[in-house]
Amino acid sequence: MNLATAIPAPVRLALLPRMTRGTVAAVDWAALTLPEARRLRELGLDEGVEVELLKGSGILGGPVACRIGRMTVALRRHVAGAIHVNPMGAG
Amino acid sequence: MNQAPLVALVGNPNAGKSALFNALTGARQKVGNYPGVTVERHAGRMALDDGRPIELLDLPGTYSLDPSSPDEAVTRDVLLGTQAGERLPDAIVVVVDASNLDNHLRFTLQLIALGLPIVVALNMIDLAERDGLKLDAVALEGELGVPVVPTVAVRKRGLEALRARLGEVVKPGAHRVAAGKGVQHDIVVLQRRARQIALAATVSETAGRRWTHRADAVALHPVFGPVLLLGLLFVMFQAVFAWSQLPIDWIQSGIDWLAATVGGALPDGFVRSFLVDGLIAGVGAVVVFLPQILILFSFILVLEASGYMVRAAFLMDRLMASVGLSGRAFIPLLSSFACAVPGIMATRTISDDKERLTTILIAPLTTCSARLPVYTIVIGAVIPNSAVLPGVGLQGVVLFGLYVLGVLGAFAAALLLRRTVTKGATSGFMMEMPKYQAPRLRDVGLGLLQRAEIFLKRAGTTIALTVAILWVLASYPVAGPGQKQSEVSIAGHIASGIEVVVKPIGFNHDIALALLPAMAAREAAVAAIGTVYAVDDPDGDRGQDTIRSQIHARWSLPTALAFLMWFVFAPQCISTIAVTRRETNGWKWPAFMIGYLFTLAYVAAGITYWSAVALGL
Repeated sequence: MNLATAIPAPVRLALLPRMTRGTVAAVDWAALTLPEARRLRELGLDEGVEVELLKGSGILGGPVACRIGRMTVALRRHVAGAIHVNPMGAG
Repeated sequence: MNQAPLVALVGNPNAGKSALFNALTGARQKVGNYPGVTVERHAGRMALDDGRPIELLDLPGTYSLDPSSPDEAVTRDVLLGTQAGERLPDAIVVVVDASNLDNHLRFTLQLIALGLPIVVALNMIDLAERDGLKLDAVALEGELGVPVVPTVAVRKRGLEALRARLGEVVKPGAHRVAAGKGVQHDIVVLQRRARQIALAATVSETAGRRWTHRADAVALHPVFGPVLLLGLLFVMFQAVFAWSQLPIDWIQSGIDWLAATVGGALPDGFVRSFLVDGLIAGVGAVVVFLPQILILFSFILVLEASGYMVRAAFLMDRLMASVGLSGRAFIPLLSSFACAVPGIMATRTISDDKERLTTILIAPLTTCSARLPVYTIVIGAVIPNSAVLPGVGLQGVVLFGLYVLGVLGAFAAALLLRRTVTKGATSGFMMEMPKYQAPRLRDVGLGLLQRAEIFLKRAGTTIALTVAILWVLASYPVAGPGQKQSEVSIAGHIASGIEVVVKPIGFNHDIALALLPAMAAREAAVAAIGTVYAVDDPDGDRGQDTIRSQIHARWSLPTALAFLMWFVFAPQCISTIAVTRRETNGWKWPAFMIGYLFTLAYVAAGITYWSAVALGL
């Protein structure tokens, strides 16, 4: 019996499949600058908040669009990479 | 104390704050500036139901009282009573987006903790309901402990209730509680409390229509997104020319009528020629461009109000990142196509100092609308009106080329600046993307009215004064027989001095004379060239067509091309320099800007002239 499939391991928000919802498991604050961390907090990012990737960064490495709680937010890829998400199954 | 109570309108970005401000104050608004900063002060008058007047202050939107940009700092300083030139507000109206309570209530809690009388406007309640969210305003009021009024600013719903509750908290003659409870800085604590309150105030929630996300699937699409953006920009610039001809003709006939009427009423002499050929013709040559400027601004206002502007910033981020900026810088740069002054002022939303400075320094390179009069007349004079392709004229292609050149110049300059004088790590790109909304005609109209006012004021003051001074300087001393007025006059002598410097790049005496007044405003160059020909030939016809044919007759093609190139780069605008000084708190950066742009202009005009001559054009 494989229990790992029942509780999916956290995935970086930048790598979350599109239109898959999840909750924030942890944020690697150390990977962010102080202003980045503060603005991210201001945009409502916190452990347990529901997030969803709306648009990935694409082959050119552009920004990503995601939903944080009720807001749509644009983030650079490295910031979205610092957010670890527990996927909520197929969304 | 007979001042009307001051009420500050505060809220997160995208809470519908400005719409509420417009709904409450109507056209009774005043746009000013705070001393020392370029943040605009938007204030308006409104009356409470009992007739008491209120001064309503629309503060810049912010997420918290910990500012990360200059405009957010103004909001904090006003609310703490430390902003120079502003008294401490007597009350606060917090505007929150009903469908985003989790986030907006956090800031509300921070504001309530300040201790000022407060009313919460639960705004855009209709959109929340549309999205399947049902809220209980009474429960919210109980949780927060301050009055809560559901509103729909754009439909003027809930305004009466808001005025009534505001009347209760702004008590006549009552001394307000001194604010001084301090700022609660712990965002995490506030956020969690905000989420609890939002949950308690939510009656029910169904998965609503998420058409903003569906629209974004197209607007942010890697292929369709950029295509849509380019298409919009194309339509915008096309409209500036295609839609403006009729109103321009109306204004031109108005000016012609005025000139004829004034001319007919006055005896021949200095006063008549000063008024008709100098002032009316000079100011008129600038005022005719009002329709084009308003069309450009209306596009920018609509793009902003609809929520698309942030999507454009999103799409541009990758490109802007390659020159060391972020998508955020795209918004001020796009505004700069209308005018660099509001463009530079729009940089106040950029949090990183060096990125902001870079954006300010390159903003004058985007082709502002004041260059249009110059481009249009010179292109009309020297570029043949032939077709390159069916439906695509050579004149249009040249004009488009000048715009592209400005953009490329701006990108190249940013790249260079970010590697030298404004070196630093990029601050990244993190922006809330608001829900799409149909822009309200009224809000766009009010915005346009303000822009028109600023433009006409400029035409009536700076440009009129420049033209008047130039006219006097160009008219005396009077030329003897066989002499040219534009050469023997005082202005002519000054121009001869400038000519020494600009002769190598192909500029003639007329251009040298036009460069000085063009410092006041680029459009004044057109008026100045008109003046030269008017003083040389006092009996000739006036108007744009004459200036065009005179340029055609008196300038060589290489000279005209060099002149156009000069205007792509030269920082010829006192307002831009002044706003840069104010924005950067000193003369260092405006001096740098003037230096690098004039150098660029001189070199570019020179290369153009020498190449054109070498090619035998």
